[in-house]
Amino acid sequence: MITQQQIESIIDAVVAELQRQGLVRNERPFVPSGAGDLNLDLPDITALEYRTRAYVENVRKPDVLRALMSTTPSRIGIGHAGPRYRNIPQFIFLADHAVTQDALFKEIDPALLQQFNLFEVQTQASNRQEYLLRPDLGRKLSDTARKTLQEKCVKKPDVQIYVSDGLSAAAIEHNLRDIFPVIQQGLQQAGLKMGTPFYVKYGRVGLLNDVNSIVDAKVVVTLIGERPGLGRAEAASVYMGYRPQSDSNDADRDVVCNIFNGGTNPLEAGAYVVEYIKRMLKHQASGIKLKLIEQGISK
Amino acid sequence: MLLRCKLFGKTYEFRDLRELMGKANEDKSGDHLAGVAASSAIERVAAKYVLSEVPLWALYEIPVAPYEQDEVTRVIMDAVDQNAYAQIKTWTVGQLREWILDNKTTNDDIKKIQNGLTSEMIAAVAKLMSNMDLVLAASKIRVVTHANNTMGEMGRLASRNQPNHPTDDPDGIRAEIYEGLSYGSGDSVIGINPVDDSLASVQRLLDMSYKVIQDWKIPTQNCVLAHVTTQMEAMKRGSPAGLVFQSLAGSQKGNESFGISVGMLDEAYEIAKKYAVVPGPNYMYFETGEGAELSADAHHGWDQLTLEVRCYGLAKRYAPFQVNSVVGFIGPEYLYDARQITRAGLEDHFCAKLTGISMGCDACYTNHARADQNSLENLSILLAAAGCNYFMGVPMGDDPMLSYQSNSFHDAPSLRQILKLRPLPEFENWLVEMGLWDKEKLLLTDKAGDATMFVR
Repeated sequence: MITQQQIESIIDAVVAELQRQGLVRNERPFVPSGAGDLNLDLPDITALEYRTRAYVENVRKPDVLRALMSTTPSRIGIGHAGPRYRNIPQFIFLADHAVTQDALFKEIDPALLQQFNLFEVQTQASNRQEYLLRPDLGRKLSDTARKTLQEKCVKKPDVQIYVSDGLSAAAIEHNLRDIFPVIQQGLQQAGLKMGTPFYVKYGRVGLLNDVNSIVDAKVVVTLIGERPGLGRAEAASVYMGYRPQSDSNDADRDVVCNIFNGGTNPLEAGAYVVEYIKRMLKHQASGIKLKLIEQGISK
Repeated sequence: MLLRCKLFGKTYEFRDLRELMGKANEDKSGDHLAGVAASSAIERVAAKYVLSEVPLWALYEIPVAPYEQDEVTRVIMDAVDQNAYAQIKTWTVGQLREWILDNKTTNDDIKKIQNGLTSEMIAAVAKLMSNMDLVLAASKIRVVTHANNTMGEMGRLASRNQPNHPTDDPDGIRAEIYEGLSYGSGDSVIGINPVDDSLASVQRLLDMSYKVIQDWKIPTQNCVLAHVTTQMEAMKRGSPAGLVFQSLAGSQKGNESFGISVGMLDEAYEIAKKYAVVPGPNYMYFETGEGAELSADAHHGWDQLTLEVRCYGLAKRYAPFQVNSVVGFIGPEYLYDARQITRAGLEDHFCAKLTGISMGCDACYTNHARADQNSLENLSILLAAAGCNYFMGVPMGDDPMLSYQSNSFHDAPSLRQILKLRPLPEFENWLVEMGLWDKEKLLLTDKAGDATMFVR
């Protein structure tokens, strides 16, 4: 039997002959260097130390640059490659934009909804694209949703709470575990009659009005994902109103916004929300009207 | 009125000019939201085809809102040069398109008929143009203005230094101004969007930015983009402002939603002429954007491009130093994705130049639009090729106060390098004195990008 070595020597001889005749150019074939495995184990450049680092080369006054950078969250001191960005700042920016995009098109984790006994209904927006294009559809429950809420929800509660993805399902995943129990317990301790909580896919803030056309609560409260900022998809808001009607608008509502660990802490936010609800019930008003009553300007 | 054609044997008919103008637009989510968009691609082409045969006098006679009821209409109509209008009124929209594109038609020729055009005519011709048509046509038209320096000459590209800060911290804003200057951004304006619109806050930022300009003898101007009434009050009290800013809408009702009127803008213009700390003769800065009228329910059933061009007709009354549309800021319900934002940016720029105003662009997007930094860079390259007067300069394009992304400090020098463009002339000389710019190679020097050079 012919060995590997013999095959190689035959091939070498044939190739040498072809090269002699000028039929094959004499080139070294690619030979792996055998220098070792490629091992890349890179640090997390989205960490603060990489965000606050100066990337300017040959900076005249490094201390001064650090001082300038500390005055603003804007991306200064990032240096340049020719007139373009250096690699690391570019990747930090791209990573920030990417988490924002993923949050916007992400669906909520069903396990989370189960954990809090939230059943799911949908607005009239049939998919994410339609939701973005038609804000009006996100303010109306689908026919199926109306039927489901009729069947499952306690009517005429003191407080109806529901959760909605809005522009960031990630924001709900980030905050629900912290904020939801605080609000629930706070309201229970106050002896208030609670509605049946649920989750609405593709909701806008104005959905408060349509929800209350079914449950007829005194106060309606929604935890909803905010429009993501660059690299900040985890912020949610709580919007609430006293007896929302079909023509209620932003002026009739109150809001606790920018809720996330790093903004308004979700535990504290839950406590604010409970306080707001108590005040709304006390004065039977919300929004501008509540403000005017509390300032003694209006009754 | 009969507006009808056949394509592939099928008849397409349009009720009136309003419906025709809406359906002749390129696909935009805002026109669908308003219920004025074509219902199919072929109906869109039919509308363009019919619109191409509409004579300009018909558009002159049926503006978006009646003369008696809308002061923006009155501003536009009263400004029409009747001699120029007489020359072109029997042209069709299609004829106007081919005439603008014709190699024999020059900037001077366009200037001769420009004052005979109304915003509706200008919007109409843009609807017949492809993206490259819009770039080519706009590249012929130069609008040159002057405040402290000269904007709009052939071969020049400026950058607004936009050093916004989420809490208006003057130290943070100053640091961003320094960073921008070190990349050659700031020749259009050092323009700050304040969080706090109060008089004291606006005065503080005007003082700080003017001091930077004075300390470093920078040939540029400052502006704090608060409501126009706040700026007027600040200037009356002696605060140094280079340009006076306001956002505009294309209908009276739209402007009412911004809390402004023509009377108020007239007054602001008089105050600017009297108090602005620049030689002029141009003192005003306006921002616009397709869809603003619809969002205020002030569109009168017309499409968002036509309303946008009426903003330019209004702006022209005040000979602005600069105007830009904030094209991607409004969100996906008006401009859904990169393709629609790009189209709108090219339309806005061309229409403004044909109107005769100094036009730049805030090429931008919000995080819920289907767009990214790549698509924004694409638009700015197209617009720079079209002769756009300026872009924004934001630290790495990320504005943490307005929560959107725009062009970065790095983009203007890149565009200058790619397309052989220079900063504005007075500012270019200053950059050379500062050792930041190589005037021969049209490149930033090695000193660029180090903000600490401005800290003494």
